[in-house]
Amino acid sequence: MSSIIEIKDVSKAFGGVIANQSISVNVAEGGITGLIGPNGSGKTTLFNSVVGHHPIDEGSIKFEGAEISKLKVPQIARLGLLRTFQQTRIYSKMNCVQNMQISIPHRNSGLLDMFRGHSPETSDRALELLEFVGLYSKRNLIAGDLSFGQQKLLEFAMALMNEPKVLLLDEPTAGINPTLINGLIDRLKLANEQFGVTLFVIEHNMRVIMNLADHIYCLAHGELLAEGKPDDIQNDQRVVDAYLGAH
Amino acid sequence: MSVSQKTFLLYAFILLGGILAPFVFPNYIAQFATLWLMILFALTWDMMGGQMGYNSLGNIIFFGVGMYASAVVQIARLYEVAEYTSHSGAPKVDFGWTEYLSGMGFGIIAGALAAIFIAVILGRIVFGLRGPYFAIGTLGAAIAAGELVGAWDYIGGGGGITSLPFPGTGDERSLFFYFALFALALLTFAFLKWLYSRRYVLAVNAIRDDEDKAEAMGIHTLRYKTVTWAMSASFLGMAGAVYGNMAGFIEPLEVAFPTITFGIFMVLMALLGGKGTLWGPVLGAVVFHIIKEFTWTHFLGWQWVALGMLIIINVAYFQQGILGWAQEKWPDFFGLTVDESDTREAVEEASK
Ligand SMILES: Nc1ncnc2c1ncn2[C@@H]1O[C@H](COP(=O)(O)OP(=O)(O)OP(=O)(O)O)[C@@H](O)[C@H]1O
Ligand SMILES: [Mg+2]
Repeated sequence: MSSIIEIKDVSKAFGGVIANQSISVNVAEGGITGLIGPNGSGKTTLFNSVVGHHPIDEGSIKFEGAEISKLKVPQIARLGLLRTFQQTRIYSKMNCVQNMQISIPHRNSGLLDMFRGHSPETSDRALELLEFVGLYSKRNLIAGDLSFGQQKLLEFAMALMNEPKVLLLDEPTAGINPTLINGLIDRLKLANEQFGVTLFVIEHNMRVIMNLADHIYCLAHGELLAEGKPDDIQNDQRVVDAYLGAH
Repeated sequence: MSVSQKTFLLYAFILLGGILAPFVFPNYIAQFATLWLMILFALTWDMMGGQMGYNSLGNIIFFGVGMYASAVVQIARLYEVAEYTSHSGAPKVDFGWTEYLSGMGFGIIAGALAAIFIAVILGRIVFGLRGPYFAIGTLGAAIAAGELVGAWDYIGGGGGITSLPFPGTGDERSLFFYFALFALALLTFAFLKWLYSRRYVLAVNAIRDDEDKAEAMGIHTLRYKTVTWAMSASFLGMAGAVYGNMAGFIEPLEVAFPTITFGIFMVLMALLGGKGTLWGPVLGAVVFHIIKEFTWTHFLGWQWVALGMLIIINVAYFQQGILGWAQEKWPDFFGLTVDESDTREAVEEASK
């Protein structure tokens, strides 16, 4: 499998804090890649670097073979590389359908497209995806009034609406009711298989990530600690130590 | 009566009322004319502050820019501008309706274009600012604009410019400007009604709710912000052009860039009626204008105190505005409902 994202020797420091130190990660096209590591190990920072949220200090980030480390956030998003936020973000004063409608891909939209009406296809797709994540009955509610877990599901549906090539998910199951987690895993897999979206997932829940990912990277203290198949990672002594805080 | 019939009646009532008002209440023509201007102010402010969440305290700039651009264009067709403005008092002029109207037509177009131009330039500078910083930045720009124009002698400096004289009688004059402002307010409303049914409104609402998210979703945020300000500015520029002719005399601080009167009123009216809605600013402008005219007539000397109280009550206890309050009270009427059916099939079943 070829790599759709190639992160090479990326470093990022905030003042004295080195959040990422010479990290290299490859995200395989069409697969589900996992990113794990203890709190503060630099996972979100790496996502932020990839999507152009902040400039990186060193290294290179390529998407479909082209360097993107100098591009701005909306430009990268329009290339089809999308992220969801660890602190879930939705448009809180708009209703769920509107949240979905404006999440269409903006890849080819010209100046005059802003004056277009809402197409029936867009509305249909919006409802379809709301149904897909189980929010259909809440579709007319103001998104800010949804529970935290529901907002996470909405954010996921919005991301799918955008038809990304790669989706970076920052802890998709955090705050989700354990009984719903299996359903969410199924939906993530479905999105990957049916819609062909490559996934790159940060996750603390070991059971989830082992079940979901086909390749896993583990960070600790801003450095890449280990990488490999889920089984290898699970049995890697360094990873076990890092999670027990013995590193 | 169906909803669409009710809406139709409402529009017919407003349209007819607007046309008849100056004939039924001839003594209040000036107040009615100002009311339409206020509605336009509130609507155009709300495009920025209400729909997009960018609380501009400097929108009055476009009103002033439009006014001056229009005056200069109208004068330049007939005179040397510098020579005209250096006259104190009205210079001798002699021309009829055709010249006046065509001049004003050009003036309105020039006013809109100049305002758009300034909005685009200013946007490049201040759209990097967010929240209170944007508000203060635009307020600073508005104050600076008044001072700058005051120092520019070519367009009359602090002494101002006398507008070209109106060719008709006094009564004709009042009616003419009443209908000009009425038409502009209607145009603004109709345009916004259309605009707010487009994809556009969702994008600017998204920017209002979470601009970082909007960027992360690939929305062209700077494009939307610039276009919004330019559209808002174009209506204000046209209004400024008309108002300059109506006032008869243009001067930077009180007439063209009245930051602490019109500039603040537009914010207050939108907040009072309910920001982020189409009807809120209209409602707010009407209520505000009535309160203002009332206090200015009956509590002269205390009018600013009354106005200050209104601002405090509005901001401290009534942030949602009249329309927002109605929405909370009757959510069903505004369609904010939970639908019990979980899937689309269930809805189709139910509707059979
Ligand atoms: N904008 C910032 N400014 C300063 N320091 C930051 C910033 N963002 C992250 N850091 C620091 O970088 C380090 C890594 O943070 P990061 O958010 O990437 O961790 P994480 O692996 O996502 O942790 P968690 O699992 O808790 O989400 C932390 O020490 C954090 O304090
Ligand atoms: Mg994190």
